[in-house]
Amino acid sequence: MIFIGVLVAVSVVLVWRRDGSSGVLEILTSDLALFGGILPRVLAGCLLGAFIAEILPHEKVSRALGPSSGLKGLLIGTAFGAILPGGPFTAYPVAAALLTVGADFGATIAMVVSWTLIGYGRAVAWELPILGADFTLWRIIVSLPIPVLAGALGRLVYVRLYPKGEPE
Amino acid sequence: MTAALLIDITLWGSVAALGFMVWQRGRVIALAAAREGSMDFINIVPRIALGVVGSGYIAAVIPPEVITGWLGPDSGWFGVLTATIAGAATPGGPVVGFSIGAVALKVGGGTPQVIAYVVAWALFAFQRLILWEIPFMPARFVWFRAAVSLPFPFLAAALSMVIGKP
Repeated sequence: MIFIGVLVAVSVVLVWRRDGSSGVLEILTSDLALFGGILPRVLAGCLLGAFIAEILPHEKVSRALGPSSGLKGLLIGTAFGAILPGGPFTAYPVAAALLTVGADFGATIAMVVSWTLIGYGRAVAWELPILGADFTLWRIIVSLPIPVLAGALGRLVYVRLYPKGEPE
Repeated sequence: MTAALLIDITLWGSVAALGFMVWQRGRVIALAAAREGSMDFINIVPRIALGVVGSGYIAAVIPPEVITGWLGPDSGWFGVLTATIAGAATPGGPVVGFSIGAVALKVGGGTPQVIAYVVAWALFAFQRLILWEIPFMPARFVWFRAAVSLPFPFLAAALSMVIGKP
């Protein structure tokens, strides 16, 4: 967060030098309006994450999506990411909830990557109308193996990096 | 704005459905879960604020011509590499990312390069990382996820080169 803060501060100075304080203010007001619009969805996402963490039984999740869940866990993560409704305001709180109830990095990576690459929400709303059906279908087909592969790679690297499990 | 309305209905519908399922397990559990969700929300608001307001400024200092330049009609693996970098550096929401992809296709960019661009944008777009992924997820997870995702724009491009054009 400190890194981002510094990056933002530098960008503000750059905008100010180029466009003056009116340019800085203009971005600020439009971003604040965006922020206000996003807030209710963020609240919904947080509630969703908390409810899911409450409903999903810990043992079942760690068996289905934990470190030893194998290919099946990666496939479940991929399927879950692909059907998850909503935008980033649901995907990330839900992914964080999965981590806390026993999913490992691999399965969670498969879920996040699947949501961003083959989730239907963004593809239907934006990619299809802008890039056309041929390209979108094509792009999704070549993306299909990626969530499982990314999750498998994540598991492989994780075991090498932290052979004794989660460092805290 | 019907798409946004639909999203809101599905979203709050899911919240209500899951909330009802938690409620059936008991009032105390439901209240505790709702309180926990609200606390997460309160903790996350300042980070989202920095993300939303901050990424607007970062986006403003990246000229769009730079991105389109990287995606130009040069083909081959160098094109895939620049397309991947361009995808990660593209500011703004899905409209910007997909429109740049569409422009690149029109001016003669190859399908593998544009696929690499769209996949890289989906995996690494800095604005989504800063605004959404880092505030919600443990930072270690985000860097880890991004690092193991690095090969995949190239893999997608390779697959599309092997299989051919749509």
